[in-house]
Amino acid sequence: MTATEGNEQAYSTAEAVARRSYGKLVAFLAARTGDVAAAEDALCEAFAAALSDWPLNGCPANPEAWLLTVARRKAIDSFRSRRREIAPDDLGGLDSVENLTAESLAASPEADTIPEIPDLRLALMFVCAHPAIDQAIRAPLILQSVLGLDAARIASAFLTSPAAMGKRLVRAKQKIHAAAIPFDIPGRDELPARLEAVLDAIYAAFTEGWPDPGAVDAVRRDLTAESLFLARLLHELLPNDSETAGLLSLVLYVEARRAARRSPQGDYIPLAEQNPQLWDSEKIDEAEALLLHAGARAHVSSRIGRYQLEAALQSAHVTRRLTGRANWEQVVQLYDALFALTRSPVVAINRALAIAETHGPAAALATLDPLKDDPRLAQYQPWWAARADLLARTGDYSEAHHAYDLAIGLEPDPAVRRFLQLRQSTLPRG
Amino acid sequence: MQYLLLLYANEAGWDSMTPAQQRQGMEAYMAYTQALTASGALRGSNRLQPVGTATTVRAVDGKSQVLDGPYVDSKEQLGGYFLIDVPDLDAALSWAARCPGASHGTVEVRPIWERPAAVTDRKEQAMVV
Repeated sequence: MTATEGNEQAYSTAEAVARRSYGKLVAFLAARTGDVAAAEDALCEAFAAALSDWPLNGCPANPEAWLLTVARRKAIDSFRSRRREIAPDDLGGLDSVENLTAESLAASPEADTIPEIPDLRLALMFVCAHPAIDQAIRAPLILQSVLGLDAARIASAFLTSPAAMGKRLVRAKQKIHAAAIPFDIPGRDELPARLEAVLDAIYAAFTEGWPDPGAVDAVRRDLTAESLFLARLLHELLPNDSETAGLLSLVLYVEARRAARRSPQGDYIPLAEQNPQLWDSEKIDEAEALLLHAGARAHVSSRIGRYQLEAALQSAHVTRRLTGRANWEQVVQLYDALFALTRSPVVAINRALAIAETHGPAAALATLDPLKDDPRLAQYQPWWAARADLLARTGDYSEAHHAYDLAIGLEPDPAVRRFLQLRQSTLPRG
Repeated sequence: MQYLLLLYANEAGWDSMTPAQQRQGMEAYMAYTQALTASGALRGSNRLQPVGTATTVRAVDGKSQVLDGPYVDSKEQLGGYFLIDVPDLDAALSWAARCPGASHGTVEVRPIWERPAAVTDRKEQAMVV
């Protein structure tokens, strides 16, 4: 093998391990010390060491165990250099890591006989979405510690400056360490509420930071693949939880329509006008199956949560691929249930658009009247876009023009802006 | 806190658009300005004439030098600005993302250097509130 080949093999092995096991290694290292930042730093150094060692000495049979051993040594070195005197107790956790990896290394090269590194990613996610952690930073924290995304990339998706995002992440990790937030899975009583925070964080990553219930076809920036991975991972870790299945189902439904959301010219196509043939039927089938199983389980525990309802809404929309028409009556019923659960004005907007299909635009507008003075909606694009559409359909053109102007002015996506401008241009000047 | 949104774009892009596209572009800016006004954030805004009209002045050794053309000759030129007053950088970034200039060029967000008195006022206000 030439040096270049050795290099390439080292890089591709390191990359594969990073993709597959980054979060697992961080979770395992951090669980012992409670220090996520130190775990990340140590792992980062271990990866750097791997890239200089592996091309010379060949890739180890168990790269994960190799990285864990080196990371653990780096962690102890930096711990020692920070604190000269260490009580023996402080290293208790780290020692158990050493034992595990020593065994693993002794067992190589037979990969089958190597004991698995325990998967503590679920505990790590519960730490990141702990009630003591600021809600806005939970999703970025999960993206960084479980997937290894850098602050700049997360900042861009959440429309924040990289410096500010970096600082917030550091502060959150300090809090985890300083407040000694425990790395464990909450007990049965606590689990539903704590799990909801994890689900919300993953969904927030999917909708780029804004918890946006009922965003039937929001534009995504670039974290969809990561969010889908997290939703799938969580479902693998908690296969019997119906809300977790609901979230994965919801994400799959929305992803299934990706190709249909833009014309070949790059123009925005609203859900109602999408060609169902362009929907990814494999993803939809998987989503339907997940929802069905979740529903069966939820029935037993009599708990139907927000994500199952949202997934059910998606299901009612995609029946159009079989029947040619969305099931609007069911959509309205589901939005009623979702509104009762969340009291979210955003749900109310989507419910109004569904009511327009069953009872006409005037009835829909009437349901929005109580929200008119909600200050949260004044700069919320979907509020103005929904009002513009409904007002135009009732013939109130001057108010519709005003609402279109605000919707266009608040919309960051140029394709959606063009779509709204086109709609507005068909209205008579009131 | 005030921020200046500086809009950079390739001027040639505008000339290569059809009249209908230009009208659509203008209307997008008008809608954006209206949304900024409605939110109470807008402090000022102007569109600049093309860089061909620019003249640069600089004093070298106490003597004024006047040069024809812009200060920096770049692919994207400063074409206009919005001065906005919002609570923090995140709010400024979300307005920058909505600016039509962000999709056909680049929007630079620069905080305005506040007078020390203004900073003290703001802190006192925050303490009172």
